Amino acid sequence: MEHFEPKIVCFACNWCTSAGADLAGTSRMEYDPSGILIRVMCSSRVDPQHVLWAFRKGADGVLLGGCHPGDCHYVDGNTKTLRRMILLKKLMGDLGIEPERLRLDWISAAEGKKFVSVMNEFTDQVRTLGPLELDGQTNPLGRE
Amino acid sequence: MSPKNAPREKRTGVFVCHCGINIAGTVDVKKVAETVGRHKGVVHAEDYVYMCSDPGQKLIVEAIKSQGLDSVVVACCSPTLHESTFRNAAKSAGLNPYQLEIANIREQCSWVHKDKDKATRKAIRITKSIIEKVKRNVSLQPISVPVTKRTLVIGGGISGIQAALDVANAGHEVILVEKSPSIGGHMIQLSETFPTLDCSQCILTPKMVEASKHPKIKLMTYSEVQDISGFVGNFKVKILKKPTYVDPEKCTLCDECSKVCPIVVPNEFDLGMTGRRAIYIPFPQAIPASYILDDKSCPSLFPIACGKCYHVCKPKAINYDMKPEIVEVDVGAVIVATGYDLYDKENMAEYGRGKYPDVLDGLQFERLCSASGPTKGQIIRPSDHKVPKEVVFIQCSGSRDPELHCAYCSKICCMYTAKHAMLYKHHVPDGQAYVFYIDIRSGGKNYEEFVQRAVENDGVLYLRGKVSKVFQEGDKLKVWGADTLTGKKIEIDADMVVLAQAMRPAKGADDVAKILKVPTDKDGFLAEAHPKLRPVESVTAGMYLAGAAQAPKDIPEAVAQASGAASKVLALFSSDTLSHNPVIAVVDEDLCSGCKLCIAMCPYGARIYNPEKKIVEVNDVLCEGCGSCIVACPSGAAQQINFTDEQIHSMVDTILEE
Ligand SMILES: Cc1cc2nc3c(=O)[nH]c(=O)nc-3n(C[C@H](O)[C@H](O)[C@H](O)COP(=O)(O)OP(=O)(O)OC[C@H]3O[C@@H](n4cnc5c(N)ncnc54)[C@H](O)[C@@H]3O)c2cc1C
Ligand code: FES
Repeated sequence: MEHFEPKIVCFACNWCTSAGADLAGTSRMEYDPSGILIRVMCSSRVDPQHVLWAFRKGADGVLLGGCHPGDCHYVDGNTKTLRRMILLKKLMGDLGIEPERLRLDWISAAEGKKFVSVMNEFTDQVRTLGPLELDGQTNPLGRE
Repeated sequence: MSPKNAPREKRTGVFVCHCGINIAGTVDVKKVAETVGRHKGVVHAEDYVYMCSDPGQKLIVEAIKSQGLDSVVVACCSPTLHESTFRNAAKSAGLNPYQLEIANIREQCSWVHKDKDKATRKAIRITKSIIEKVKRNVSLQPISVPVTKRTLVIGGGISGIQAALDVANAGHEVILVEKSPSIGGHMIQLSETFPTLDCSQCILTPKMVEASKHPKIKLMTYSEVQDISGFVGNFKVKILKKPTYVDPEKCTLCDECSKVCPIVVPNEFDLGMTGRRAIYIPFPQAIPASYILDDKSCPSLFPIACGKCYHVCKPKAINYDMKPEIVEVDVGAVIVATGYDLYDKENMAEYGRGKYPDVLDGLQFERLCSASGPTKGQIIRPSDHKVPKEVVFIQCSGSRDPELHCAYCSKICCMYTAKHAMLYKHHVPDGQAYVFYIDIRSGGKNYEEFVQRAVENDGVLYLRGKVSKVFQEGDKLKVWGADTLTGKKIEIDADMVVLAQAMRPAKGADDVAKILKVPTDKDGFLAEAHPKLRPVESVTAGMYLAGAAQAPKDIPEAVAQASGAASKVLALFSSDTLSHNPVIAVVDEDLCSGCKLCIAMCPYGARIYNPEKKIVEVNDVLCEGCGSCIVACPSGAAQQINFTDEQIHSMVDTILEE
């Protein structure tokens, strides 16, 4: 377990969280390299199915970052995301995936520091949870 | 342009930038280029010290040409920095710019990690994921839309008038819609204005006349916007023109009609301090200069008119058969200048809920001071017409009180209260004016000096503290307060109390906001697109904000914002077409079941049901490309161009690859 390097997919909206990650970079803040970003225009583009897909394909954790409530570049995309992810988290338990493996957070373009701490905290959390095991028998996602 | 038809086997080129040592210091760029060079579909991969430099860009251009690349990944800094640089380079080589994507290996990799081995592996994964994306990108052209160079201005206060004049003077048509019978807004009700004390009507009426006579401005008073559809450059507006029953062309303002009208109702212009007839002119300088018949007050208009006014009207201007009219217009831009209303005195339980006749709000006091007001400028008590000798002005009445009233500062009340106290002392030199304040906010050119004048020259007594209660006792108003500087309780037997009521968004402004789909802030004021950098734009493209509709403002600020909004409109109108981001949602007609779930998801009204085809379609120009509707589609008919499910899945796959 000690050398477990979790695989984390991080969906980030273009206007806030991805820009927040850029700010972490320009400020030369260091963080755990386990997560890799996929930039989408708005957090509301992220489908619960994308999250499940990631788990099926071997992700140990999925992080989803959007703008703070009220700040979404597309009026209220983030509220839609929130609703979808609350529902998904409920489902995850039934699918044998700890809901803590999914984190939704609001990280603004000004919050480089927050991006770093969320990334580090989440990586630590996933590391503690260990690798996501979805064995053949209880493998509703059909993980390969 | 369906993403399904995207060519599969593309020839991709990858260019890895060292960014000096910014990337190369932590990421083994040679290894990245070498590794991704072996990735499926990659036919060319190289690294260079500064990709964004001229020689760097030349490498890309030449490779596109010589290798016949049809998609390109540049692994470098954030796309916010050089995406357009590289896309332009690609374009110059004959490649569609949307076939080039950036892999961010600087801000999101080399700058945030120290372990060279891990950073290199991460950079490879990032780059590969973008290769997978760009392989499935389709070529796009910016969507081009024509611009209708006509502007709708909503609200005929000083802000609306200024914006209309600025746009019209630049040669474009303006339709100025005002819901009340005359333009002028609240400014026309004011007596004199801080900090110069010039007469409000004297400086405003010439502008009102100019607007009404301007060949490019069409005034629509007594009218309201009912519906708006379309998008920036191409709005369709429906305006309801309420009947006035008087033809303004024929009305000679002889006043005979109002003399015979038997109905008296409170006069809105004087805030209920006087009465008016059912047929009336709001105020003598009203524009349009015409009487109107208020059908809500005239009891006998339907079914049969009493006919008194009709019979005395010599020019035959009165027409009882006038009907509401819906006028449809096309405009390219909208300026919203619906202004404010004062927070109702009735909300102030502590100050008598508006029951006491001698407790006035600021605008009533303006009318009392005004030479054209109900008392011809004499300051007397509404209750017994006596000159008040002790007047208490209460600032922040309803403002800065998050528990009971509005949490925000209404910004202008410190200034107009100083003005009121000053004007009172000019009218009643032997009277005493008290001002209760929390603190004085007099930021503005010559504003602090103005307040000091009230204190030093006019002997206004400023008391720091809040008034807890106002109540009537005999013919006096008891004012209970505390002076927080001395810690003493204060009791004043006042003859008149003036409340500096909070400024609220105009009544009905929320309906306008809904019709326009312009968001409002937590207090109901229209929300600007960015609190600092885009203060005159709304988030809806083509809709601009001016004046007190956006936040409490004084006249100079309202005028400045109006001119700002007008200049945004002129910039918009400076070209004949607009280009729109083509990375939008599309619908696969064969898969769409017409369930309409996506329609509710779209904040822009871009998803429209086509009853003939029984499917939902996307309006290319309205769609802003957030992708939220895609997720709602249960049949997989919706996709976002260049952000398809397939693209996202393939990116996930490469990131997680062993
Ligand atoms: C007591 C008092 C004293 C003041 N004294 C001063 C002063 O001395 N100096 C100074 O600089 N400022 C002063 N002000 C501030 C000044 O009144 C405002 O800055 C100014 O009136 C703002 O102009 P506006 O056009 O934005 O809004 P408004 O004047 O409120 O005009 C808005 C217009 O829009 C119309 N409207 C509203 N809703 C709709 C709709 N749905 N459709 C169509 N039309 C609509 C309204 O009928 C109105 O005509 C004072 C304010 C108060 C309350
Ligand atoms: S744009 Fe960031 S959440 Fe919508």
